Amino acid sequence: MTLTLDAPRIITTKPLLRIENVSKSYGDVRAVRNVSAHAFPGEVLGIVGESGSGKSTLLRIMNLEELPEEGTYHLDMDNTPEAYSGNLFEMDRFARRMLCATRIGIVYQNPHLGLLMKHSSSGNVAERLLVAGERSFANLRAKAKDALDASEFPLERMDAPPAQLSGGMQQRVQLAKAIALEPALLLLDEPTTGLDVSVQALVLDTLKRLQQDRQITMVIVSHDLGVIRTLADRVMVMRRGEVVETGLSDQIFQDPQHPYTQQLVHAKL
Amino acid sequence: MTRILDIESLTKGFTLHHLGNELETFNNISFSLDAGEFVLLKGANGAGKSTLLRTLYRSYLPRAGKVRFQSSHGEIDLACAADVDVAHIRKTELGFVTQFLTARPRVSAEAIVAEPLRQASVATDEALDEAREALQVFGVKPDLWKAYPTTFSGGEQQKVNLARELILPRKLLLLDEPTASLDAKAREALVTRLKALKDGGTAMIGVFHHPDDVLHLIDRIVDLTPEYTHSEERSDVAL
Repeated sequence: MTLTLDAPRIITTKPLLRIENVSKSYGDVRAVRNVSAHAFPGEVLGIVGESGSGKSTLLRIMNLEELPEEGTYHLDMDNTPEAYSGNLFEMDRFARRMLCATRIGIVYQNPHLGLLMKHSSSGNVAERLLVAGERSFANLRAKAKDALDASEFPLERMDAPPAQLSGGMQQRVQLAKAIALEPALLLLDEPTTGLDVSVQALVLDTLKRLQQDRQITMVIVSHDLGVIRTLADRVMVMRRGEVVETGLSDQIFQDPQHPYTQQLVHAKL
Repeated sequence: MTRILDIESLTKGFTLHHLGNELETFNNISFSLDAGEFVLLKGANGAGKSTLLRTLYRSYLPRAGKVRFQSSHGEIDLACAADVDVAHIRKTELGFVTQFLTARPRVSAEAIVAEPLRQASVATDEALDEAREALQVFGVKPDLWKAYPTTFSGGEQQKVNLARELILPRKLLLLDEPTASLDAKAREALVTRLKALKDGGTAMIGVFHHPDDVLHLIDRIVDLTPEYTHSEERSDVAL
């Protein structure tokens, strides 16, 4: 038995992301069961769990790609427009798309989900800027270049299509696209899975740098505990669609409380 | 003196689910700490000295008790405070110094040392200047400052770690054997830095394999040996 962490928050009182009691099923399978999650301004929230634990479904719900049967979702952003101030699940489809295109960035494990593989890399980034209303070609190119540079993409290749790039480079284009509009929330779904170890380290370093320089709130899903340990301030552990434990990253890895978390941490090589 | 910390009846144990048993570590630890005070934790191997430090830092969750810390935001009970508050306090007011560096790939020594300053909103150039100065003080050669510490020897990594963890003055520092395996010059630099921080009001709780290294800094000793728990002695009593 341990103490319940029941003291009221005295420093950081308002979460940027607030999801309450969310449930999502696919047919008879309950992928996410009554999950609540908070992410605070500037922090990195890691979500870990075995395959099928519901972590990627939860991330897609945060990106409003999936709508749950139950639950609420609020984003408390600076200058939150009136249209986005209520339960985001209840917005119409157009408003959801605009919110995702302008205030939420996402990097998928599979770059094909996030990029047009035959368009230029700079064009992929510019597409995001176009949605937000930018129409000047010079501005589009300059802003796309800035975002690619911040993602440590080699600018001499900015006009190459992602189909001609390595996996690590494709992830950087996705990252540039995700941060081009300085989103309030950056979602990362297994961003380094499938990359070789040296490229993985480079992408992780870029993410860490971006987080420190821009104080972007991030939610990262990974089954790689090393990735989560490197990036996350707090960690949420999921199993069979439910949250079994949440804690500071070092506490989860050094003093896990739940039997499943202990099993997961001890299984790490 | 200004009170910084009140530890009340702090108890820690571990539940090992795969073995189906409980491991008691320490029970009902109570002591207080004022600004600028240095408390040495004493006790045999396994008495729970490092576990106590990690519990105060909240890497370990306590089973019972209170850790009332006087933060710049008011009193906060680190034993049961919200994770996000603890994370904030760690960035600005509570430090944990070990002998081990958590190096990240492709991050230079000077950038790692500058990181706590950057998190405290110090401008990049200024933070890097201070980082280089700290690396110099701890005896890390200038040609290593831009190199990646993942490839450094254990001793050099330890110096980088000390430079990083002690660069930002904190209200409370937890020291877990920071002098272990340091060369004489770096040990001297460490003690000098600790003395400066102590004079500036930083309170410290430390575990030292060789307490002689910091003898003149110690104000009190807390003995975690079960029969002596709660005892507090003066530093001129034999260690």
